[in-house]
Amino acid sequence: MSGPSFRYVRAKGLANALSEGGRRGTAYLAGGTDLLPLWKAGLTTPQEVIDISGLELANISYDGNTLVLGALARLSDVSAHPEVKTHHPLICDAILASASGQVRNLATVGGNLLQRTRCPYFRDRALACNKRDPGSGCGARHGENRHAALFGGAAACVATHASDLAVALAALDAEIIVSSAAGERRLPLADLYPLPGASTAPDSSLAGGDMITAIRIHHAERFAPRSTYLKIRDRASFEFAVVSVAAALRIEDGVIAEARLAAGGVAPLPWRLGRSEAALIGRAATQQAFLAAAELAIVDASPLGGNAFKVPLLRNAIIRALQTIGAQS
Amino acid sequence: MPSRVLPVCHSRSEHPRAASMNTHTTRPREANDPMPEQRVALSTTINGARYDLMVSHTATLLDVIRDQLDLTGTKRGCDMGGCGACTVLIASRRIASCLALAASFSDAVVTTIEGVGTADHLHPLQAAFIRHDALQCGYCTPGQILSGIALLSEGPQSIEEIREGMSGNLCRCGAHANIVAAIAEVAGL
Repeated sequence: MSGPSFRYVRAKGLANALSEGGRRGTAYLAGGTDLLPLWKAGLTTPQEVIDISGLELANISYDGNTLVLGALARLSDVSAHPEVKTHHPLICDAILASASGQVRNLATVGGNLLQRTRCPYFRDRALACNKRDPGSGCGARHGENRHAALFGGAAACVATHASDLAVALAALDAEIIVSSAAGERRLPLADLYPLPGASTAPDSSLAGGDMITAIRIHHAERFAPRSTYLKIRDRASFEFAVVSVAAALRIEDGVIAEARLAAGGVAPLPWRLGRSEAALIGRAATQQAFLAAAELAIVDASPLGGNAFKVPLLRNAIIRALQTIGAQS
Repeated sequence: MPSRVLPVCHSRSEHPRAASMNTHTTRPREANDPMPEQRVALSTTINGARYDLMVSHTATLLDVIRDQLDLTGTKRGCDMGGCGACTVLIASRRIASCLALAASFSDAVVTTIEGVGTADHLHPLQAAFIRHDALQCGYCTPGQILSGIALLSEGPQSIEEIREGMSGNLCRCGAHANIVAAIAEVAGL
């Protein structure tokens, strides 16, 4: 198993990387945990690989207000960072529910957000997949779709996004810093992931040569006392989510003042549950409030043949996550 | 049909699947592949010895360790980061060497199973593996030992944390319970 060769370029600084990365057919190499398996299986065939692993973009800092994760910070360094553990436990929970120790020591934050789907139709070159071969069709829509999306799927693609970290970051309103030869821009995490359309299934809104250089999370420490990442999967560890829920509450005088809910494994992107959040605000943290919020989360679900079980699973996961943090003191 | 030398490494079939695995250790090149092979400088320390190497730009760290340096204690399993047979330490951290492009690892300090213990002076975890019968065929054992050593340095606090922490290492013989017991003994749990 191996892919065709490529030209290898070791980037000499960020400006050099962005300039090299702007050419057609290039791929950035950071931790390699997604790119290498894709390349070995022939699922991605870059002409050039720009090795950015040596760039100085691995910083992790917190100033009491904003947490900055350099895009090349390793997942294991983020989850072990004292200020992430203390002030952003939701991020730690999501990372520690991801992959294995061997993978977390290599994988980077930026690469994690840009990992490609685990949809079996994408991963098998013999099967139809619009994400891999645009125009070839979506085999999952009428095929084996146990893991397919409940929300946001389209004619072109019903694959889900695989990142746990992205679900936690979506719940915390993270901001992505993207650099290109033209300069730097900031976008909300949600805008990183466009929905598929009738004929296209883009992975991200990034253009060729764009590079995530950092992730910023503002003012999220207020959720530290009440947050959790609940991941439901087919085995207890080293497995992708069937359904996951990132939940965070801020409770004042017995009343929910703020609520954040995002789901993984159910959409082509981390799926923020805005109506459920709104329904929790101003209510006491009771079972009744949690049930009502969870029911709202599944109203728009569009299950296919094999994934209908994920509808009640999502509802129940939301209830359990809210029970967990509703009881935290 | 004239006899010929088969380009297969029969001598290294440590595992039922090893013969087919070893055939692709040097990445096969497609006939019309327009990309010339690049040689990339890699200076690294492995088991305390300094190596100044020229490696293929498409080689993984696993390819270099096994095929260029002949340190065959590190095993190739799935070659996709899923099984842990290729686990090595970079500094004291465990990684899947099949997911590591060698060219990215200049100046890395690598430990493979050849750098852990000796026949006369086993590492405590190696001795515990023997006491707990934590292996059968042995193919996954180098990766289990290195992963376990790294996990011990992370300070697991419970059996459950050992089970979770070792989920990146598969044992097709099913010795997991004894592997966990061996690590737990060394951890004092």
